[in-house]
Amino acid sequence: MRDLSVRFDTDDGTVHAVDGLSFTLDEGQVLGVVGESGCGKSVSVMALLRLLPPTAHVTGSAEFDAVDLLSAPLSHVRRVRGREIAFVFQEPMTSLNPAFRVGNQIGEVLRRHLGLSRGDARRRAVELLDLVRIPAPDRRVDEYPHQLSGGMRQRVMIAMALACDPKVLIADEPTTALDVTIQSGILDLLRDIRERLGTSIILITHNLGVVADIADRVIVMYAGRKAEEAPVHELFARPEHPYTIGLLGAVPRPGGADKQGRLQEIPGRVPSLAQLPSACAFAPRCPRADDLSRSQVPDLREVRQDHLVACFHPGVEWDGG
Amino acid sequence: MSYADTAAVAINPRARRRRLLRKRFLRRPLAVVGLLAALAFIGAAVFAPVVAPYSASATDFNATLAPAFTPHHILGTDELGRDVLSRIIWGSRASIQAGVLATLLAMVIAVPIGLVAGYYRGWIDPVIARLTDVLLAFPFLIVAVGLAAILGPSLTNATLALGIGAAPGLIRIARGEALALREEDYVRAAVANGASDPAILARHIFPNMLSTLIVQATVTIPGAIIGEAVLSFLGLGVQPPTPSWGVMLADAQSYLSQAPRLALYPGIAIFACSLSFNLLGDGLRDVLDPRTTR
Repeated sequence: MRDLSVRFDTDDGTVHAVDGLSFTLDEGQVLGVVGESGCGKSVSVMALLRLLPPTAHVTGSAEFDAVDLLSAPLSHVRRVRGREIAFVFQEPMTSLNPAFRVGNQIGEVLRRHLGLSRGDARRRAVELLDLVRIPAPDRRVDEYPHQLSGGMRQRVMIAMALACDPKVLIADEPTTALDVTIQSGILDLLRDIRERLGTSIILITHNLGVVADIADRVIVMYAGRKAEEAPVHELFARPEHPYTIGLLGAVPRPGGADKQGRLQEIPGRVPSLAQLPSACAFAPRCPRADDLSRSQVPDLREVRQDHLVACFHPGVEWDGG
Repeated sequence: MSYADTAAVAINPRARRRRLLRKRFLRRPLAVVGLLAALAFIGAAVFAPVVAPYSASATDFNATLAPAFTPHHILGTDELGRDVLSRIIWGSRASIQAGVLATLLAMVIAVPIGLVAGYYRGWIDPVIARLTDVLLAFPFLIVAVGLAAILGPSLTNATLALGIGAAPGLIRIARGEALALREEDYVRAAVANGASDPAILARHIFPNMLSTLIVQATVTIPGAIIGEAVLSFLGLGVQPPTPSWGVMLADAQSYLSQAPRLALYPGIAIFACSLSFNLLGDGLRDVLDPRTTR
């Protein structure tokens, strides 16, 4: 799966939710996509599988196994959904149908894509629940979602996503709604899945700690554009874009807070995507902004091998211009 | 309950949920009264030949217009000496049949239309929504009377007319539920997993609107029961001498000054029967609605 470029706008007032985003995902790789709420992370992966409402205009291309998913017939995309590329959504509490036992819901995917019989689907569902480390899977398989905790439900969602042994797993903030301890359990699980099954994972999150924990590569998004992309160690060791540096400053860690014991925040708010100026979108909040930043959109540049930044004034340290 | 029973209940989640719902239902005295009364009316209708003391058309010319509590005729007799209690019991057949079948018919018509409109949106949704609004602008009984007049007088046609007349309201409810449910995360998740539209409608949307539909059905039934009485009263439904509460009311008109009870008893029957279904519906709504947690 390579060479994905998504660009589109929605039609109430033309919102450029994602603007010229490209990335590639290699087999077995974990790609972290980071950014504040509303910067286009979820929208870009939804566009990939054509899950956006018809008001969205998607342009660009998304090549998966030599087929462009954005122009392929919908029937083909539907076969890819859940079979080759599977989704894990943000809200485990509401993403399971309350009217059916979890085993049936996992089985539904198996029967649809692999044509398994009812009995085989059930057996496989038990195996999958075991794979995602749900205790007593042969009992849990017959329970209803409301009988499971949030962490268990998220495990069920992951089991459902893994049901057909997909090549790519897209996890859209899979841990946001969960307790910290359960979060780390889910992340362990995702790592384990990658190692055992060789599944590529796109992990969308606004939590840099999660990314540091599990990702190989990181894309930092801001206002629908890629601000920075680098391998995970490189990004944490030598962040170039002032936005990335700001994000890292906002991660709580021992000794990271200032004298008042407060975390560093990034001043200002995420700009409205309806009225992006023809300038660096981060400029109004950026300590390094100058006239150049306010009048032109910076292009992505390769500052080091495999490390892309869209900024006129990149650098780990900044000397004031 | 023996130990084995308790264990079985604890393991089987469906049984546990059922038990919980039963407990919540039993805690509502009015709902229980409604259920028992509704069951009594249904029982009377089904077992009329066994329950009723006389046949509906048996005349006793020695006791015409007998008052209530005369020997052998607890609720008295009408102008032809027919036992009023027996006629009310036989008459419940028409009411229950019209009430239940008309509601079922309305469901069969309304649910698929509402599902399609609410789920697919597009151009079909406003078309269906506006059409139901137009139909809803006519009072239910006017629509039913009009349809029954077109179809011709008979119990079957009255049932058809009532079912069609009740459909617009149900379409609106089914559409509203479908509109809300299509935005649920599990529907989005199913789409992302490659589910087709029919599969989503059948497995994700319809089952989750069932409780709303059940409640709506119990509320539609009394409306249809009253509707049947109205149609029969106007001569558009059950034809005399077949008994029906509406027919009895119509017959009682001529004797209103001598024997007002002839109108009173079928009136009470209509009132009690529709009230019982209404109470049942209210109770079910409280129990099945997940938002009421008590």
